[in-house]
Amino acid sequence: MSSLLIRNGHLIDPAAGIDAPKDILLKDGRVSEIAAPGKLKPAPDTEILDAKGLTVAPGLIDIHVHLREPGQGYKETIATGTAAAAAGGFTAVAAMPNTVPTNDSPEITRWMQAAERGASVRVFPIGAATRALKGEILNDYAALKAAGAVAVTDDGHPILKDSIMREVLINATRCGLSVIQHAEDTRMTQGASMNAGALAFRLGLRGMPPEAEYSLVERDIRLLAELSKDKGGSGKAGARDKNGAVPHLHVAHTSTAQAVAAVRQARRNGLRVTCEVAPHHFLLTEEHVGAYNTNAKMNPPLRSAADCDAMIEGILDGVVDAIATDHAPHASHEKEVEFERAPNGITGLESALGLSLRWLHREWKLPLSRVISLLSAQPAALLNLKGRGTLTAGSYADVVIFDPKAEWIFNARDSKSKSNNTPFDGWTMQGKVHYTISEGRVVYRAASAK
Amino acid sequence: MPVKSATAPRAAQELSVKPASKNARVVPAKPGSPPNAVPDSTTWSRGSVLSVTSLTPKTVSEILSLAGELEQQDPLERARRLAKRKIALLFYESSTRTRTSFELAAKGLGADTTLVSSLSSSIEKGETLKDTGLTLRALGAEAIILRHPSSGAPWLLERETRLPVLNAGDGMHEHPSQALLDLRTMLNHLRPGTTTVAADTLAGVNVVITGDILHSRVARSNMLLLPKLGARVILCGPPPLLPDLAADIPGVEIERDFPRALAQAQIVMMLRIQAERLAGLQLDLEQYKAKYQLTEALLAAHAPQAILLHPGPIIRGLELTGEVADGPQSRILEQVHNGVAIRMALVYRALTLPEREVRA
Repeated sequence: MSSLLIRNGHLIDPAAGIDAPKDILLKDGRVSEIAAPGKLKPAPDTEILDAKGLTVAPGLIDIHVHLREPGQGYKETIATGTAAAAAGGFTAVAAMPNTVPTNDSPEITRWMQAAERGASVRVFPIGAATRALKGEILNDYAALKAAGAVAVTDDGHPILKDSIMREVLINATRCGLSVIQHAEDTRMTQGASMNAGALAFRLGLRGMPPEAEYSLVERDIRLLAELSKDKGGSGKAGARDKNGAVPHLHVAHTSTAQAVAAVRQARRNGLRVTCEVAPHHFLLTEEHVGAYNTNAKMNPPLRSAADCDAMIEGILDGVVDAIATDHAPHASHEKEVEFERAPNGITGLESALGLSLRWLHREWKLPLSRVISLLSAQPAALLNLKGRGTLTAGSYADVVIFDPKAEWIFNARDSKSKSNNTPFDGWTMQGKVHYTISEGRVVYRAASAK
Repeated sequence: MPVKSATAPRAAQELSVKPASKNARVVPAKPGSPPNAVPDSTTWSRGSVLSVTSLTPKTVSEILSLAGELEQQDPLERARRLAKRKIALLFYESSTRTRTSFELAAKGLGADTTLVSSLSSSIEKGETLKDTGLTLRALGAEAIILRHPSSGAPWLLERETRLPVLNAGDGMHEHPSQALLDLRTMLNHLRPGTTTVAADTLAGVNVVITGDILHSRVARSNMLLLPKLGARVILCGPPPLLPDLAADIPGVEIERDFPRALAQAQIVMMLRIQAERLAGLQLDLEQYKAKYQLTEALLAAHAPQAILLHPGPIIRGLELTGEVADGPQSRILEQVHNGVAIRMALVYRALTLPEREVRA
């Protein structure tokens, strides 16, 4: 029986519509009570945490991370990746299936969640949509779900064949799983290493055209529209599950204006399409490739200034459902190579909140509660993570406590991640995490915190 | 059907999509912005030449003057300039002209050179560019001349070794020494005796570059260098080898009609089709030749006063006829000859310019 009382903090719980000074009592891994300051009388053995001057919010949720286990522990392990998550204020992460071997099976899905992995925060595996991410044979979604998978995707190996994508959507919907697509028509991106355009031409690099992204988003939306029209229970291969739910398509890391526009339009048409944006796509442009900086190489690539603006616009107008980092650790020797040969991806767990507050909140005046919502309530709803992303009584005791005004310099060498491939090294962040609490346990405590 | 993920409260409708501050996207004033955020303009070592974009007319003038001075100097005296200094040539791609002229240039200054090529070294065994560079430095190399199939590789080598690096061709990106020797050849023809150039030295001069622009590092270096000196660069070729966005570079235009392009030219530069970089692109060579091959008839009809340049290797009978290559307007071998003087200047600068104190 453990209990923890968070006192004198300012609670922001967007899903519950709370933005006020509150005390919170956590008990046995759950939120026990919320009350006005000073109203809760703790039992004698209750640990007390003073959050004076700090914001208390639902623990952040990153629905797009690469934890590299099993198979690539030299880049990251579930222990180090989730330690980085905790330091960044995250209490849950959804782990992509491009592990070695691929997360195709209930065994690997369970292995990733086992206590032996030493995770600091909750790990929600995402299963591979098709065997070995080859886009051919569907995995057993019911078994994956029973083992704890929260969605299916082929992530970096987008499903190009219409027939397979349709089957994936139908089967996932029957099992109550979302389908996440890394939208890239790889037939247009062979040998490419940055955004297509005048800069790529000047740098002598082959470019990934924006069409490679948005044409696949549009294709997926078209398939979704067809399937969403099908009536369930008619004997026809309807996509609705037994409760009548329609298929859910989630577009990972949108980076082009046209992809966001396609999602916006699909939503107006009543389709269940969601999307996420990574901090680097709303903050950095292709210019950051600079003199072939491999920490500015990721997929999708950094795009034009107009695309960057479209990401901000999508966040502000609500089309974007979540900020997700696409945390993709790589060892330094892998990034210290020729730009075209370097692997894609950057780390992101420890800079997401700081960048979001510094830029979305301070510069673009997005209310603090909306920033928190994009990093907790909305991603939780998106992947149907029950009892997460909110701090109502009975929810999981997943909490982040941070100083929303504090500025600090992000130093990649201090990262809890095993890798430090980030373009944000040395950037000023806003919002210092003091405590991260996962299911009632303090899993991160800033050096400066008591 | 409401979007399920939208269960969280949304203040979207009340929000303006206008940025709170107009320059927010630019993310200004980062105290720790990455050291390489500015492309091409800075190098670790002052003697490095990785791209023509960092060359000012003043620097170009210094190089041209030095090239002339070194070329004129008594060979025995010249060989004392860099006597017993060590220079490594690191070549990941085949080369005749560039490699030989860099080697002759370095030796002409008295330096010892060593050639490391990807086919007869530990590169074959999987050694990285970083480790090969560090090895050469440990062996005493004081500068490295690099040719590499990956665009940007010289920046990596320079960053990791902190040695002066001369870019002898990186992927589809640049070939700065070629652009400089092309410039010297053009000046010999258009402005004989000129070694001091300024922003208007080539004003009124049209340079027509024709062929496989997309894959050509020579074209890139020329189109980035010549407009700085006032020249107009006119690119010619079919869309698959010459995308429209090439015209985004200041001072660069596209004219797809070959005779019309030639009619404007004082300088005609022809390029080889780089079969090794076509990456699956299908090209009808007969059609290409019909539209873009330089023949005596075309030259006589449209550009009788122009001189012909080609960085080599030339493919006779494809981008130009043998008669044109050997004809009176051809300066192809003069280009090769100029390569040695220009590269002597670059090598000399690489080993003699003082190091930067602190990188900007």
